[in-house]
Amino acid sequence: MNTNSNLYTIIYSTVLVVVVAVVLSLASYLLKDRQQRNVAIETKQMILQSVNMAKDAETVEDKASYIEREYSKFIKDSSITEGHKTLPLYICRLDNQEKLYIVKLHGTGLWGPIWGYISFKSDMSTVYGAVFGHKGETPGLGAEIATPKFAGQFIDKTIFEGEEFVSISVIKGGAAQGNHQVDAISGGTITSKAVDAMLKSCISEYLNFLKFQTKPNRKLQP
Amino acid sequence: MDKKIFIEPIFKKNPITVLVLGICSALAVTTKLEPAIVMALSVTIVTGFSSFIISLIRNTIPNRIRIIVQLVVVAMLVILVDQILQAYAYEVSKQLSVFVGLIITNCIIMGRIEAFALSNKPFPSLIDGLANGLGYGLILVVLAFIRELFGSGTLFGVQIIPLSWYSANGGFYENNGLMILPPAALILVGLIIWVQRSFSKELIEK
Repeated sequence: MNTNSNLYTIIYSTVLVVVVAVVLSLASYLLKDRQQRNVAIETKQMILQSVNMAKDAETVEDKASYIEREYSKFIKDSSITEGHKTLPLYICRLDNQEKLYIVKLHGTGLWGPIWGYISFKSDMSTVYGAVFGHKGETPGLGAEIATPKFAGQFIDKTIFEGEEFVSISVIKGGAAQGNHQVDAISGGTITSKAVDAMLKSCISEYLNFLKFQTKPNRKLQP
Repeated sequence: MDKKIFIEPIFKKNPITVLVLGICSALAVTTKLEPAIVMALSVTIVTGFSSFIISLIRNTIPNRIRIIVQLVVVAMLVILVDQILQAYAYEVSKQLSVFVGLIITNCIIMGRIEAFALSNKPFPSLIDGLANGLGYGLILVVLAFIRELFGSGTLFGVQIIPLSWYSANGGFYENNGLMILPPAALILVGLIIWVQRSFSKELIEK
């Protein structure tokens, strides 16, 4: 048979592509549930980490069900409406009945997206915990934002100075003394600035809610 | 069957140190042992099976679209590997990020298909592909071992260098930050090539 004729080439490539397409769609169909579950578990783990929980997730035998169990025990999904936008809000109820409010963060790093979750105590200003993630920041430099060492700095910092929203700044040196500053990562200046900008822009979207909640006698239950 | 098909790609004709192919991913994914091993296995599976499949259909491929057919088969295998990793080894697949997808562009795979699979029977082609993948993987594992041990003080994420040695805890030791960055991998590959050539003199160009 002449394998170089036009007709043969066209039929051959058509059959090949159809076969490959069937194989790939089948694989995607079979694996989709598991993949989506992985992503969901990761999100839930981050939310738990933002309230300093799920610390032993890497050592337990069945990580997925451990995360699910902890999540359903402590966290309640909620949202607030701000203008036309619906903003996600997660509420955590600790064992001692203290309520924590978790805000989702997302921004742009040096090489790709960065994201995170930050939780506030019921005064809506004091940070209870934070966690950050990134798609592809430089290992050893910008990627350090994902370490507990960096995120741990945020604990007990405040985002309000009196009535005024000041956010938490990521600055070079001397941050330990301030109530609204954390230390940036040396060598990761652009990523550090991105975290700074992400905190300002994302938290300010929640400002009405945060301020409303802090006024005495006007507690709103979302 | 000739044993050479299996042995040669691992040492004498190693794709990385002798043919200098597939360097890019070797630099990128070798900061930690675990992703390096997963990457090595993925590449081995893709080289093995792409050579096998191409060899099976080698007499039917129209010559004019030969390269396209090869690419379609390789791309299919790579997407399969990527999907399976996302489903069953999510953490590692995140660390490998784009480099799983970029296996498609790994010169070793197309090189072995063109040089071997197109003119040999399926089974020897499978062995040749697997052996080349293993030769690549061997270097990756060696690089990742050195880089993780000296760059992070861990192996498979387990702390190996005692924490009390670190200067942060009053010791004398500090992790070598250069080891985490790509240049260190390039320097190490150079050193491995040097060692290999001093053992087998026939590799040295006249």
